[in-house]
Amino acid sequence: MIHKLDAVIVGAGGAGLMAALNLSTHGRVGVISKLYPTRSHTGTAQGGIGAALGNHEEDRWEWHMFDTVKGSDYLADQDAVEILCREAIETVYDLEHWGLPFSRTAEGKIAQRPFGGHTKEFGKGPVRRSCYAADRTGHMILQTLYQQCIKNQVHFFNEFHLLDVLIVDGRCAGVVALCLATGEIHTFHAKAVLDATGGCGRMFRVTSNAHSLTGDGMAVALRAGVPLEDMEFFQFHPTGIYKMGILLSEAARGEGAVLRNCKGERFMERYAPSLLDLAPRDMVSRAMYREIREGRGIEGKNHLHLDLTHLGAEVLDKKLPDITEFVRTYLGIEPKKEPVPVQPTAHYAMGGIPTDTEGRVISDEKNTPVAGYYAAGECACVSVHGANRLGTNSLVDILVYGRRGARHAGKFVKENDWGPLPERADERAREQVSRLMGAEGKEQAAAIRDALQDEMMEKASVFREAKSLEAMREKLAELRERYAQVKTEDRGTQYNTELLEVIELGNLLDLAEVLVESALARQESRGAHSREDFPKRDDINWLKHTLAYKTPKGVAFRYKPVTITKFQPQERKY
Amino acid sequence: MKVTLKIKRFNPEKDAEAYWGEYPIEAEPTDRLLDALNYVKWYVDGTLTFRRSCAHGICGSDAMLINGANALACKLLLKNLGSKITVEPMRGFKVIKDLLVDMEAFFEKYKKVKPYLITHSPEPEKERLQSIADREVFEDTTKCILCGACTTSCPSFWANEDYVGPAAIVNAHRFIFDSRDESPGERLTILGAADGVWRCRTIFNCVEACPRGINVTRAIGEVKRALLFRRF
Repeated sequence: MIHKLDAVIVGAGGAGLMAALNLSTHGRVGVISKLYPTRSHTGTAQGGIGAALGNHEEDRWEWHMFDTVKGSDYLADQDAVEILCREAIETVYDLEHWGLPFSRTAEGKIAQRPFGGHTKEFGKGPVRRSCYAADRTGHMILQTLYQQCIKNQVHFFNEFHLLDVLIVDGRCAGVVALCLATGEIHTFHAKAVLDATGGCGRMFRVTSNAHSLTGDGMAVALRAGVPLEDMEFFQFHPTGIYKMGILLSEAARGEGAVLRNCKGERFMERYAPSLLDLAPRDMVSRAMYREIREGRGIEGKNHLHLDLTHLGAEVLDKKLPDITEFVRTYLGIEPKKEPVPVQPTAHYAMGGIPTDTEGRVISDEKNTPVAGYYAAGECACVSVHGANRLGTNSLVDILVYGRRGARHAGKFVKENDWGPLPERADERAREQVSRLMGAEGKEQAAAIRDALQDEMMEKASVFREAKSLEAMREKLAELRERYAQVKTEDRGTQYNTELLEVIELGNLLDLAEVLVESALARQESRGAHSREDFPKRDDINWLKHTLAYKTPKGVAFRYKPVTITKFQPQERKY
Repeated sequence: MKVTLKIKRFNPEKDAEAYWGEYPIEAEPTDRLLDALNYVKWYVDGTLTFRRSCAHGICGSDAMLINGANALACKLLLKNLGSKITVEPMRGFKVIKDLLVDMEAFFEKYKKVKPYLITHSPEPEKERLQSIADREVFEDTTKCILCGACTTSCPSFWANEDYVGPAAIVNAHRFIFDSRDESPGERLTILGAADGVWRCRTIFNCVEACPRGINVTRAIGEVKRALLFRRF
């Protein structure tokens, strides 16, 4: 089936819905989503969205910008960060005007709380910048945007899975997707495509990410010849529930919770004497790994304690109700009385499909746009997060750049005709589906995925070195061979979720390869990429963005300069 | 621990009617029921079909009938469910495949109650002010994740599928009682109609079913009272 639309948005999380709201008035627009929109992972964001409203104390977008740049270990593009921090403010007011039920100050303004790495006056101590709705800010953002989409009669194609993006001679002509309900393959011929498919955290064993976060948009872009930027930078959030990885918001530490080792020590005093537990996530996660390695994990195991016992019932019940419930449900622990076992959990891909500040996907180091192709949110890399994202900035990113991408796409669809659809546009997708559905191999997909997640956790997570990454490269080659022999049982057309999961696994394997190769190539430590064999940041050789291409001979690299405007790189201390 | 999942199976492309499949597995007591379902799907029978995503009770994908009561499979631990666990699709929605049901009508009802802030006065430059007390009035109903557990536990809904159902009323409540909303009457008019709130017989199944702990029956009661006493 072929649909002819002015624009197609893929993904219905925060970036996709924000884009839909800004694009739906520009002709016939459809939103493709593999989940019902309200199931999207934006809904699990907890602690807040950063914006220098200054509702409690003075704050300025320049300070937010400085913190974001410093947090990124100076790899973020500063023109993009400036836009992010300036537009964050009006974006938060827009959300409020659309009905988002923010928590309130005594004066009735939007309430704000401290968050990791967010400071006043360029680093002089924490500032209350994170605008929150208890600890369910993402849920409220997702609901509010979806509600606005209902009001604006946005057209959704729910439970459609992205299979391919169609690019001919540098012009995007649409996408191909699988309708899960019927098993039919649909081609969406569109003047503009905006990819907002989210992250790929499911390549790791311990992750805060939903089962659905398999990097579908990144993987199809890569296969269509688009590079992926800075994929070696993957954020591990310090406080995941032990073994399960379920996120316990940084807002807990924003409200005063403390990390402790087996001796009860507040060990962050030794790693970040000024910001302590509110240091950026890469530093806290590394500190936790070091404590565990040096034998100070709880009961000799690979976890530490998040201590919320001193916060009091009022704070836990009113400001952190969801995470305290997670602790009770999944650990059987009462966080008012006992500390909570936590470990770093794979959380966020700083890298992704490279875009410029208008959300246009670019194909090389000269910023050449792929006409009609846009990306926003976690699947994209503008880059506002550089080597390490600050808490609250992912929500800012999805909204600011979801909107900017949509606005540019809106102009684009007005001024341009449809790009020519390639002959047999859905051929690659059809081949993929017919190869994988009811495949009579000998390898179980789940066993391959389990091995991928375990090995990535061990060899390519918080700490890396050439030896572990080379071992991972070998492992991935083996897993890809096994994947070529995968077997599936379900030959049905309706809701063949086994087929879906096998396609998703293929995406994760491709993206893991890019992550590992990019990490091997980058011989320095910066932000979340910490090489034990190259422990220092190297601005002379590596102050640049990785662009990784998939070629028949493996992953090939080009590099792109970092845009530096206001803040020169300096040593990063907190 | 050893546990047996007794799952109601139905494949529309193969089965004339539903049947029970039994799957004995080895699992950790602290595993979620969702982990056990995934294990069956991944290592025992790849055709087993259900929705899931976030796996910690926020996305609302995996509501199902578990040991006779509606719940999210990702919020129940095996140690609390006994050695034989029955799992069925939610009642009252059309079963499409195994535990996966047709949610379209459910979302249509949600849309019908105008679940978005309606304002007529111009937007201020910054935020609208709202007191902590005014914000608290509708706190409970903001938590809804649209999983369908309440609506499919409601005998009034089973008896009349046109009933708008508790989930839609919860989401209308969230706006009717929001001090910033300028048109609660529009929603009250919809809910005052034949298939609106008066179908609720205060059976409280929805309160027990809600995985977010929303006091659904109280919210419905507040809407009923608003219909009786509020001018709009």
